[in-house]
Amino acid sequence: MTPETLAALAAAREAKRPVVLATRLATGEQLLLPIEGSPLTEAADRALLRDEAATVSVGNEEWFLHPYSPPVRLIVVGAVHIAQALVPMAAHLGVEVIVIDPRRSFATSERFPNVTLNGEWPDDAMDALRPDSRTAVITLTHDPKLDDPALDRALKSDAFYIGSLGSRKTHASRLARLRALGHDDAALSRIRGPVGLNIGAVTAPEIALSILAEFVAVRRNAQSG
Amino acid sequence: MSETADILTQAAHWRTEGEEVALATVTQTWGSSPRPAGSQLAVTRSGRMAGSVSGGCIEGAVAEAAMMTLDSGTPQLLDFGITDERAWEVGLACGGKLKVFVEKLA
Repeated sequence: MTPETLAALAAAREAKRPVVLATRLATGEQLLLPIEGSPLTEAADRALLRDEAATVSVGNEEWFLHPYSPPVRLIVVGAVHIAQALVPMAAHLGVEVIVIDPRRSFATSERFPNVTLNGEWPDDAMDALRPDSRTAVITLTHDPKLDDPALDRALKSDAFYIGSLGSRKTHASRLARLRALGHDDAALSRIRGPVGLNIGAVTAPEIALSILAEFVAVRRNAQSG
Repeated sequence: MSETADILTQAAHWRTEGEEVALATVTQTWGSSPRPAGSQLAVTRSGRMAGSVSGGCIEGAVAEAAMMTLDSGTPQLLDFGITDERAWEVGLACGGKLKVFVEKLA
């Protein structure tokens, strides 16, 4: 790989711009896609969409297409104890984490080093963050004032994973409140609650693990997800 | 959820330290290969390694090939699999088959 290609790849990553590194396997020649009019464009778009590297044949040549997508985002609402356990685990999975909590005593950089803290109210914060199909939203506060507006915005978005901490009873009353806001059953079924895979989690790190296990299962289309 | 970007970052960092660095990338797999296409292993001349292209079965052979690419500057496309006698030597016990592209970071 030439220093120019490496630098261009790093710049795209820094700018959170999705790119595909194409390598002609016979020679090692490399291109950074998209390039307008390239015969590789269609295959490159597919690689990005699926987020899967692949070898393709184009014009009797084998090319390896390696997508470099910006990281998946995880929006965590509630700078609580479980979030403290969840954030570093999620970062280790290569996920970009944003923690929303307007309560200053919770959302401190001492409790959450090396993560983006957003002190806005969840509805304003979510409106600004604009969750898309590469975003997951998890609410952890148990407080309707904070969780509900975040879930309302998440349901109006294409977020691929929406999880909400709380017992079955808490979750049932939460769904009733969201229904009153105009969300139908199909929409409400997108919310994972009680959140996480059932692994009998007890401690905060265990609960964080169960939530992230479910997040991975959904992201990777696991049968159990 | 991409780990390859971070291996590339590590490789680039080693390069700025003045290391000679080779990058190995899984380009294709068949059967029960443990790591998908796109998985990467960065290797330096001095023997530092980051990432993986298998469950540990072929990293040694890939690192060896990487030294040749560092010497020559020429990329290689390596084949590992049950039809390849070399796979037995390096112990690809999973029975999978894969191709690995090895290049030098210039």
